[in-house]
Amino acid sequence: MTHTPHSPAPPGHAAPAPPAAPPRHRPAPTAASTPGAPPPPAVRRTAFAEGVDRLRRAATTEPGRLRVIGAVLAALVLAFGAVTAWQMTDRAAAADDVLTGSQPLTSDAADIYRSLADANTAASSGFLAGGQETAASRDRYEKDIRTAAGKLVNAAANSEPGSSSAETIAELNRLLPEYKGLVERARTYNRQGYPVGGAYLRYANEKMQKEMLPAAEELYTTESRRLRSDYADATPYPWAAIALGVLALAALGWAQRRTYLHTHRVFNHGLVAATVTAAVVLLWLTAGHTLARSGLHDSYDHGVRSLDVLHDARIASLKARGNENLTLVARGAETTKVGEETFDAYDHDFGRDMDTLAKGLARAERLADDDRGTKPVSSAVSDMTEWKKRHAAAREQDENGNYQQALDMVIGAEGATGECFDSVDRNLAAALAHEETEFRQAAGDGRDALTGLPLGAAACAVLGAAGAVLGIGRRLSEYR
Amino acid sequence: MNTRVPDPQGAFGPEEATRMTAPHPRTRPKGWGGVGAMATACVLALVFALVLTCTGSQGRSPAKTTGESVSHAERAQADEECTAPEKQTLAPSAADGPTIAAIKSRRGEKRKLIVGVDQNSYRWGYRDPNSGESGRLEGFDIDLVHRIAEDILGDRDAVQFKAIPTDQRIPAIQAGRVDMVVRTMTINCARIRDVAFSAPYFKTGQQVLAPKSSPVTGYDASLADREICTAAGSTAYSTLEADRKTGRLPESADIGTTVPNQLDCLVRLQLGEVDAVVTDGALAASQAAQDPTVELKGAAFTTEYYGVAMKKDADDLVRRVNRILVDFRGDTAGGWESSYASWLSATLGRDSAASKPPAPQYLRTS
Repeated sequence: MTHTPHSPAPPGHAAPAPPAAPPRHRPAPTAASTPGAPPPPAVRRTAFAEGVDRLRRAATTEPGRLRVIGAVLAALVLAFGAVTAWQMTDRAAAADDVLTGSQPLTSDAADIYRSLADANTAASSGFLAGGQETAASRDRYEKDIRTAAGKLVNAAANSEPGSSSAETIAELNRLLPEYKGLVERARTYNRQGYPVGGAYLRYANEKMQKEMLPAAEELYTTESRRLRSDYADATPYPWAAIALGVLALAALGWAQRRTYLHTHRVFNHGLVAATVTAAVVLLWLTAGHTLARSGLHDSYDHGVRSLDVLHDARIASLKARGNENLTLVARGAETTKVGEETFDAYDHDFGRDMDTLAKGLARAERLADDDRGTKPVSSAVSDMTEWKKRHAAAREQDENGNYQQALDMVIGAEGATGECFDSVDRNLAAALAHEETEFRQAAGDGRDALTGLPLGAAACAVLGAAGAVLGIGRRLSEYR
Repeated sequence: MNTRVPDPQGAFGPEEATRMTAPHPRTRPKGWGGVGAMATACVLALVFALVLTCTGSQGRSPAKTTGESVSHAERAQADEECTAPEKQTLAPSAADGPTIAAIKSRRGEKRKLIVGVDQNSYRWGYRDPNSGESGRLEGFDIDLVHRIAEDILGDRDAVQFKAIPTDQRIPAIQAGRVDMVVRTMTINCARIRDVAFSAPYFKTGQQVLAPKSSPVTGYDASLADREICTAAGSTAYSTLEADRKTGRLPESADIGTTVPNQLDCLVRLQLGEVDAVVTDGALAASQAAQDPTVELKGAAFTTEYYGVAMKKDADDLVRRVNRILVDFRGDTAGGWESSYASWLSATLGRDSAASKPPAPQYLRTS
């Protein structure tokens, strides 16, 4: 090959210089190389020192200089392409994770929480209704359990083994059948007319409130943290790639100017081709990333934030409904003291949950950016107002000792608070579906803006480097 | 950037909290200030621990639930006199006093007797899920409540039922949340300091309940190393606690499991979380009636009487209830016997003699 025949090379140092060394000369078409024997190896010399030495000697002649320039140019363009490909692969992967990984999993976690809480509410409504549970409340309960189980399987498949999410999921998987077993026993005893059924239901409720819902909440927290970190990975500007691109372009410009000064030829085809490809990659990179960024930001501002708020509002309405039921199940058994006044503990919690719901709906209304997003939220607000009104009436009946009337006003067929709750829930589900679509669209646009960028950048860089080498090679050939 | 903290009103608060607190380690005290702060913290912790131990040991004495209204002298007197707490009640009278006047002055929908009951004691106070009206309570105690309401307000349904957990019975009476508690409540010395009781209306005693296949034979050495479930604040729990000190109950018996309601013990027993339940024989029998695989083990090991509990100073109400009880026990139709027959004969046996309270004595004068 083109290597100088070293006579007594330092032991073991015939190999290429370590990566820190400046570019070795590339396999130029000519075999000519630096003449002159190397100085006697009196002292041990590093490969780096030797390389620098050779470079310095090479730089004393024009062909040598040209070779060095060509090597540097090619290396810069290649490095630009490589860094672009690497940084954009990372961002594209993170953007893809946002769209297909962490966001759906966050939604799943919220759904798990919701279906568990809803199942518990359905079960306690069933208890309030007595032994003859309605088909609707049983179906609702069964559907909730199925949803929770299905989403848990999905979450398990997408969690990393040994992670805290995996542990939480395993715990929920263990608790779900336990809970279901308790509720089934409660049903059986209820049918036989034994009050121990109610005791089982209280035990199941305790398991849900103290163990399962906190675990589901933790899962949601972990997943939404992951979503935020995916966003953080997908959106920062690829500064290293941009800087390298600018540097490569500057170097190419300088080389062309130098060629022009030396030869008075305006264009060196190879170098022009290299400049064009580098410029294309740089443009593609900035434009593609800016597009992706804006898509992702959009999906966050109009999707994720709305989804967060809506999920929270829906959960608040569920908690409120659960507490409304428990107020009647417990029948004044639990009280809480606020200042000097004593309140029914569950009714007090109900009031707090309704406040959370009202605040959440107000925020959701502000965040909704189009008619289709606002409408269900506004309907939910009016449902909530009606709910509060009916709840107050039901409470009055209960306070007056008309338990049966109060019961009818909460779980009855018509004009009960249950209707309002169902309507709030339905409207929030519709709003969630809408925001989910918005999110998917924006995030999808963002992700698609990066399609092909890593691969294209790499291919262009190889072409550009080849152009630079050929361009310099053409000048070199003039010295033969 | 979009990695901003999300929604401050989120239902998922905890994450918020960690986010907010995590990045603020700056304010940590440094140098001698830090040492001083730590020393202060240590001293405070020590003081706190001491205070806790003191209040803790106080808490273990049975006098804990006593209201401030009862003076020490009165308490000492009560302790001295307390040999038969079921006799410490006022003589019957039909006269209205301030308490009854206050109840009668309730107007409109509110004209009701507010009574603390249980909704989980099968055949005593419970909701039959299969009765047409899903919210209706029924049982022996409930019959008595209707009887009292009829006598005082002229309407047997003028009652507002409140479901009270075992350990909330006394606080509910003291805070005035209920006019009276009719909830299988044992008359005992500790409680007559806090509330006033009517004459006894039922006789029972603590009994052990365990699975038929269990090696537990009764209230004896067979309870060693067993886990026993009781209701928090029940006489069963205080009896076990006292008996473990005297050695009547083996030291190794674990009485750590307490639940809000005696019926929750049946759940724990069925799930195998405890080995035995101790509660009043009358209630244990209703538990056994709900599960054919458990049974009462051995005879009752205490004698207890149920009474209606009222506010300490509601003398007129106590006298009135005692009057009602005289009639209730005597009546053949719609009285004690017929309530026993309809609710309890199935679980406690046809013969009511063992459950009949003794002839009342009214030893309390003020």
